[in-house]
Amino acid sequence: MSSPTMIELQQVSKTYGQGEAEVHALGEVSMTAIAGEMVAVMGPSGSGKSTLLTIAGTLEEPTTGEVLIAGQPVRAMSKRAKAQLRRRTIGYVFQDFNLLPGLTAAENVSLPLELDGTSARKARIAALKALDGLGLGNRDGHFPDQLSGGERQRVAIARAMVGERQLLLADEPSGALDTTNGEAVMRLLHNACKNGGMTAIVVTHDAQLASWADRVVFIRDGHITDQTIPAAGPESLLTTAERDQ
Amino acid sequence: MSVRHAMLALLSEGPKYGLQLREEFEARTGEVWPLNVGQVYTTLQRLERDGMVESEGDSPDGPQKAYRITEAGHLELDTWLRTPPDLSSPPRDELVMKVLVALRVPGASVTEIIQAHRRYLVQLMQQWTHIKEDSSPADLNLGLAVDAELFRLDSVVRWLDAADARIKRAAADQRPSDANPMTADGNNQGEAGTAAEGRNQWPLPRSRTNVRTRR
Repeated sequence: MSSPTMIELQQVSKTYGQGEAEVHALGEVSMTAIAGEMVAVMGPSGSGKSTLLTIAGTLEEPTTGEVLIAGQPVRAMSKRAKAQLRRRTIGYVFQDFNLLPGLTAAENVSLPLELDGTSARKARIAALKALDGLGLGNRDGHFPDQLSGGERQRVAIARAMVGERQLLLADEPSGALDTTNGEAVMRLLHNACKNGGMTAIVVTHDAQLASWADRVVFIRDGHITDQTIPAAGPESLLTTAERDQ
Repeated sequence: MSVRHAMLALLSEGPKYGLQLREEFEARTGEVWPLNVGQVYTTLQRLERDGMVESEGDSPDGPQKAYRITEAGHLELDTWLRTPPDLSSPPRDELVMKVLVALRVPGASVTEIIQAHRRYLVQLMQQWTHIKEDSSPADLNLGLAVDAELFRLDSVVRWLDAADARIKRAAADQRPSDANPMTADGNNQGEAGTAAEGRNQWPLPRSRTNVRTRR
């Protein structure tokens, strides 16, 4: 049986401004991602990929079109239902981490759970488990400025995944990191999808990072222009030369 | 990839048979570059002819010869390792040529052509990344070989991105009176080359048109 659709964008458009100042950021974009799938959205600066992500994450309303999360149309939801969706179902990862400097790693991770009404004790247990799962078991008491860039982004990912989140949206999640740490972040996100059943949409302009995704969607001037198709097994790359035994 | 020098590097560890050299070559390169056994023996014969290796007679288990590196072979290997490859002149890159040619083909959408190549390259990168994902972190040879491929392909994607942006900007900067037949989305609408453009067959700066290229 095929996996259920986690998120669907149906002919989503976004226009900012009016008259001569009107800017069409997205034009009738349609895309889906199923449970357990990691999709990369690749495009140059100004192509609309970040707008697509904020609309997918219900942080902005589309001008026209519809977003469905786990089959539920977002437009029909009340403000309260949308806020709950953002707290419980969707996790966000940003290039500049967005950690609160006055809170420890564990407090940063447990915060969204506590804001959603989970007891401080239960939230801390969940936070420590999430940090441990990302190799930060011994960093829970450190403040963001006591962590390296790679560690800070792993804390941000733990915060995005803690609880029972099903959809992870990441905007250039390794843009501020070196190659090794960037790869480690993409490996974590891919593992969360492959083994944890999460759905991830990652926007990036970096082909090496996009290549971690199951599918790469190309965006240009606010329109999806193309996507990768499932390729032959990777082993085909290793057995192309004819051998004489 | 120099098979000749890879053979010398393997023999620098001690005498080896031809089949053993093939197996070790593939293992050391993470099986990214499969090697034909015929290539191994041809290379060994040439190395022996050039005095870089010596054969040590037949194997006790069969007719195989063991090969040993000579002093001249050690010197050749050391010199090769320290000599940078010739990157001083641009290679005759087929993809670059296709994009340059597409700029002059009436009706060709350069943007679509660039995207077709970009998609193919990213798909290849996905395959290499899967290999890296499935490999053991302890397999250093495979990790390094796959990284080399990923960086190489990534550099081509970056060039395509830059070319795409440059072509788009050039089309946007175009005044209506200009004769260039390209539209903002990279479509060529007119004849291949106007009188003014005809002086310069390919859209390269003139000072670079006579640049030496590697075949």
